[in-house]
This record gives sequence, C-alpha cells and structure tokens, in this order.
Amino acid sequence: MFNASLKQLSIQLAGKKISSTELTSEFLQRIQQLNPEYNAFITVNEELSLAQARAADQMIAAGQAGPLTGIPIAQKDIFCAKGWLTTCGSKMLSNFVSPYDAGVIERFNQAGAVNIGKTNMDEFAMGSSNETSYYGPVKNPWDHAAVPGGSSGGAACAVAARLACAATGTDTGGSIRQPAALCGISGIKPTYGLVSRYGMIAFASSLDQGGPMAKSAEDLALLLNVMVGFDARDSTSLQREAEDYARDLQKPLTGLRIGLPKEYFAAGMSNDVASAIEKALDEYRKLGAQTVEISLPNAPLAIPVYYVLAPAEASSNLSRFDGVRYGHRAESYSDLADMYRKSRAQGFGPEVKRRILIGTYVLSHGYYDAYYIKAQKLRRLIAQDFADAYQQCDIIMGPTTPTVAFNLGEKSGDPIQMYLSDIYTSAANLTGMPAMSIPVGFGDKNRPIGLHIIGNYFKEAQMLNVAHQYQLATDWHNQSPV
Amino acid sequence: MTLSVSDVKRIADLAYIEIDDNEAKETLTQLSGIFNLIESMQAVDTSTVEPMSHAQSVVQRLREDEVTETDQRELYQSIAPQVEAGLYLVPQVIE
Repeated sequence: MFNASLKQLSIQLAGKKISSTELTSEFLQRIQQLNPEYNAFITVNEELSLAQARAADQMIAAGQAGPLTGIPIAQKDIFCAKGWLTTCGSKMLSNFVSPYDAGVIERFNQAGAVNIGKTNMDEFAMGSSNETSYYGPVKNPWDHAAVPGGSSGGAACAVAARLACAATGTDTGGSIRQPAALCGISGIKPTYGLVSRYGMIAFASSLDQGGPMAKSAEDLALLLNVMVGFDARDSTSLQREAEDYARDLQKPLTGLRIGLPKEYFAAGMSNDVASAIEKALDEYRKLGAQTVEISLPNAPLAIPVYYVLAPAEASSNLSRFDGVRYGHRAESYSDLADMYRKSRAQGFGPEVKRRILIGTYVLSHGYYDAYYIKAQKLRRLIAQDFADAYQQCDIIMGPTTPTVAFNLGEKSGDPIQMYLSDIYTSAANLTGMPAMSIPVGFGDKNRPIGLHIIGNYFKEAQMLNVAHQYQLATDWHNQSPV
Repeated sequence: MTLSVSDVKRIADLAYIEIDDNEAKETLTQLSGIFNLIESMQAVDTSTVEPMSHAQSVVQRLREDEVTETDQRELYQSIAPQVEAGLYLVPQVIE
C-alpha cells in the first residue's frame, strides 16, 4: 500500500477496499515510527488529519470523490494551513499557527485530500540541503549520512521513504527538482504563474512557484490537475483554461527532438552522473526520440544572476517579519528600532540573514544599477537563449544536479559550494519555464541521480508524457530505499 | 568591489538586523566570496538589453473597488505578540 500509485489508491478507495481513515492512520503510524530518524516532518497533527480523512470517507460514500479524495499528502511547511503550525523552517515563525489557508491548501481541501503533516525545509526555502532549517536537518532515506537536498528536503524524504503518498514543494532556484533528484523521486516546477502563491510564504516572488513531488510522472499529472488554477488573490496568477495534465501520458515519443545544452554537459558534472544521464538518453533514443546539441551561451551566468535577484526580492519580502503582528518578538529591547533589530537577529538563521544582507546591499543607493538592473538584463539574455534553443528542439534535457547527494555537513560551512548545487536548475526559475526531475539511476555510494527535463512555457503535459514513457520502459521510479 | 566591516554593519543597520563585531567579520568573509561570484556578471555587455523583471509579460489586473474581505481582526490579532483593545502594541515612538 505504501508503494501504491495515486491511481491505484484512488481505485481502492472508490471500491471501498480501504477507507481514507484506515489509509491515513497507517501513514500516521508510519510517520510516528520513522520520523524520529528522518526528521522529514516539522508538524504532525493526527486530529486534523483524521478529521479530513473522515470527511473524505463521507465524500466517497456520497459518490462525490475525485482522483485525490482521501489520499494523504504531505504539505511543505511554507504553505499556510488554517489551524496548523506553519513555520517555514524558521524560529521566526515557530509560534505561527496560520489563521488562513493558502490557495494550494484550499484546492487540496476541495479535492478531499488529507493533509498528513507539514514537511521540514530549509529556513524560508533558502538552502539546498535542508540544513538551514531551525528544526534540524533531514536525512536522505537512501543513505542516512547524506543530505536529502533542499529546500523541499522533508517533502522529498517523505515521498522516498513512503511517509506520504505524495507531497507539495516550492521551487525558487531548484528547490523541488534538486531534492527530487537527490532522493530518487519525481518532481515538477510548473510554468511560473500556474500555481497560486497566495499563502505560500514568499521568498523571491518573481521566481517562487509551487509544484508536486511524487513517485512517478503519472502521479504528478494527477496532482497538477488539482494544484493548477487561477487565484485572484495572487497578482501574478495566470488566467487560462483548465488542462488535463494526464491527457498526453500515453503518446509515443517518435520524432521528439531532445536538445542537449553543451554548457550542461561540460566540466563540473561528475562521472557517475554523466554516465547515468547518457544511459537515460540512450533509452530515449530507443523510444524514438532524437537528440540534438544546442547551446545556451549565457547559462553559466544563471547562478550569479540568481544570487542577485533572489536575495534582492527576499530582503524586501522578509521585511514583513518585524515582531509586530505575528512571529517572534525579542523579550527585551530599548525602543521600536531595537525591537525590530533584536527580533530579526534572533528569529532568522545565518543563511537567511546572509541573503537579506546581500539583497539589501544590491538594492541600496549607488549599487542598484550595477547589480540589480544588470542581473535583470542578463535574465533577459538567458531567457532569449532558451527561446532560440526551442527553435531546434521540443524539450531540453540534462543532469538535475552536478553530483549525487553530498554528505550532511559537507557544504554547510561554504555558501558558494552550496549555491553551485543549483547550477543547472536556477535558469528555469529566471525564465519562468516549467522543469522537472525524474530518477534515472544510482551513482557514487548508491545515491540517486535525476534527469532534468526543461520544457517550453505551458508544456507540462508534454513533459509529463516524456517522463511517463521513460517510466513505462524503466523501473528506477519504483525503487524505494525502504 | 571591496567590502569592509563597516559596510557590513551599515547594510545590517538598513536591514534592521542586530549584528555584533564578530558576526560582522565572519559575514564579511562570506559576502566577499559571494560578491566575487556575482562580479562575473560584469563581463557581459548589456548596454542594449532591456531589464526583465518578470517571467511573464502580463499586465496588472484591476478589479472593481468593492469590499471583498470580511473583518477578521480578532482572529488575526490572536497570534500577535502583544495587542490591546484591537491595537498592535509596540514600544512608544512619539514622546
């Protein structure tokens, strides 16, 4: 049951072979047993989860069930959920019980899904290893000495260790795809604007996008069908006609042109990753696709551009945490400014402070043009590279990460090394294009490797088709560490 | 570009984050490394490029000026550090 697909579970629930209450209880028990080791969840609330499960059972009995009704899904602790502690992995929000639901949470609630718990994450989603969380690091279920990736590290661990049927994540520079790759699961960051950011605690608003993390592309399609939709409360939410993201899953890949950016197959990628990616591409050739070399000349600039724009937006977004309306307030202070300074110094961890300081600097008088505007100009060049590349191919592939999961503690003292683990992923955030990662094998120390699939705007259904056809022909996605 | 400890303290002051001398020194080392990485942007000529602030070129939606939210002051203030009579309390600002 813990390995079942969402479709299989849905059939069992609809056929009354199992109730949502039973399913939810089994997962809660599993979390109780295994979470002390993994630390994938920050908050578990049996009462709230079981109440949702009972409501789902009623929906099923009344014949009102949808594909996700009654299914336990882990929610990243960046999504505000009414009545749930919502910490964003920070001491700053360690006392924040959300008074409202995020748009994404509302949509899952309406679909009758069960919130099985709030997953651990890098503080305010700033990190690539889950080590910046105030609630401690998460272990990679494939190797407990390794990081799960980040920032959606708890979500990736929960899915890989079968502590939830699926999970939500958010991706600002790779935070869905990198942990999905390092934990051997599938995850997709949709086109910017498709998933509501309302109630999703903001990090860098022009880059942040929520998306699903699951065992397979087929599961991702069902989750996207629920998560995507216009929300008037998010000023950048896109008004588009609803799509069925599972509609193209069965299409053959004959004639598909896969672009391989030469800049992503250059120095920096480790041998084990290179060999797994090459094998995956061979599989795609067997499935009828052809590969073409393409070039994204400005791709190497994605990391510097990202580390100007994301901190700039973060410094602005995180100015709201001042200890006045919610969150941490220092116990003693001399005046209002001192209260702000002490509350923020105590509430934020070192990485978050570092990024606020970078952002404050690049936005400050005299540096705005040299850094912020310069980065925005390069952002356009990066986007133009992708537009040009799509003249020659339908979809782009490469490695999700340059190496397999690194060890806990290995990079936590060196921010730049940590930042470089997002070297292949951040461009999709800068351009707003959809991108996903699927498992394609194992490398050094038997740690998982992810294939990065980048699509053109709104090509999620095609990407899921491409991923699903690979998963029909291989079984990496069915392998589990538990 | 070279940052100094006093620059770090000035930025921390702008960002309303208390920082002591030791933290400022440590932060200086890390920020200098990060700014070296960022400096690589300057090698590209962008004089004719328009800045891109957003992934989608959409126009800001407008709506009718109607009341759409209900008053939830009590609920929202129930999680505040300090409130009194419907007001958020902060240290005195004006003498």
